[in-house]
Amino acid sequence: MELLAFGDTGWGDELFRATLMTIVVSITAILIGFSFAAIFTPLKLSKFKSLNLIANIYTTVVRGVPELLVIYLFFFGGSGAIMFVASMFGYNEYIEINAFITGSFAIGIISGAYSTEVFRGAIQSIDKGQFEAAKVLGLNKFKQFYKIILPQMLRLAIPNLSNVWQITLKDTSLISVTGLVEIMRQSYIAAGSTRDPLFFYSFAAVLYLLLTFLSMKLINKLEVKYSRGY
Amino acid sequence: MDFELMINSFPKLLNAAVITLKLLSVSLIVGLFIGLLFAILRLNKNVFINKFAYSYSYVFRGTPLLVQIFIIYFGLGQIEYLRSTFLWVILKEPYWCAIIAFALNTGAYTSEILRSAFQTIKPGIIEAGRSLGISNKIIFYKIQIPIAIRQSLPAYGNEIILMMKGTSLASTVTIMDLTGVAKYIISTTFKPIEVFIVAGGIYLFMTFVIHNVIKFLEKKYSFNS
Repeated sequence: MELLAFGDTGWGDELFRATLMTIVVSITAILIGFSFAAIFTPLKLSKFKSLNLIANIYTTVVRGVPELLVIYLFFFGGSGAIMFVASMFGYNEYIEINAFITGSFAIGIISGAYSTEVFRGAIQSIDKGQFEAAKVLGLNKFKQFYKIILPQMLRLAIPNLSNVWQITLKDTSLISVTGLVEIMRQSYIAAGSTRDPLFFYSFAAVLYLLLTFLSMKLINKLEVKYSRGY
Repeated sequence: MDFELMINSFPKLLNAAVITLKLLSVSLIVGLFIGLLFAILRLNKNVFINKFAYSYSYVFRGTPLLVQIFIIYFGLGQIEYLRSTFLWVILKEPYWCAIIAFALNTGAYTSEILRSAFQTIKPGIIEAGRSLGISNKIIFYKIQIPIAIRQSLPAYGNEIILMMKGTSLASTVTIMDLTGVAKYIISTTFKPIEVFIVAGGIYLFMTFVIHNVIKFLEKKYSFNS
């Protein structure tokens, strides 16, 4: 237990901060994922074959390639890509983007591919009559979506989104290879300096279990909320 | 675009893909046995056995694979007692540590897939077997297992693809699999995009093949054909 003491003698406060970092990265990543899904879901459902193709390439490639490889692409290629864009605007200095941004973008893009599939499935399983009814009510396109389709879509999507959340949360452990100090990286540092890897990695496992357990409880509450009336 | 690098790195990455496939196939075979065992334990009426099987799958599904590999590779070596047993021959090799972690991980997911498949078998089918005078053992092996396999094929196909992606974590414990070699080439040439296209292409090809094999099997074992 000494190893987990707060302050200079133990690793308690470091691990606590690392846990917060894991939570923040996971939330950032899943939100980035949602914004990708907001772009690609309409493309998937579009009438135009070429738009479908773009969205299909995105979800197939991202879901078929290991997460770690995507992270390496962003880690080694991220600042190069930003510098290339900046050089087009005449800025030629070296730009380094930090591990948090690279990491959450890499995981966000992965999580976005899964979210896209979930949203597509949810929208497709809404009864056709609902779309027609929304139109008949004379609502504009924006209101049709926000007032009629979205609430029904969320109800259908939440169980699967909870899976996406779990995947995203666990994937953030891979960001540790870029040096971002989240649970996994902090455990690695602590294990290295105390020579007690068994304890620290097991403790990391407990932290992840705790996070998945607590988030499941929260999501179940959301599920109940959005299933009102059913 | 550095096409020369892409062409030069292709054979290296292809060789590394063989290691990825080895890791994948061995862990899937071991994982299938673990999964089947724990699925049967989950269906046991004894509360303790049931809870034990449930907590196994809960722990392995609730923690990242990376933690599991690190506990087995870095953590278990710390136990003095293990170092003196024959197990140490296996546990000092990163290759076997990775396989143990992968097998236990995929075993947990497989046990859930098989359990739900067993539970969806209609009781009428088992009763039909009993009324024909078939013994419980044969009902299990010849009726329940084949039906469960058919039921679980789509989900198991996804699990194979997830596991294939999971084997990339072997590179974190010094194994030069497809991702390991890709990372090595990236960090020596600083051409991430080219290497990503080649390595990602190989992964996608493997995903494509697995996907189609499963589709073929699904068709073959469906009732309607």
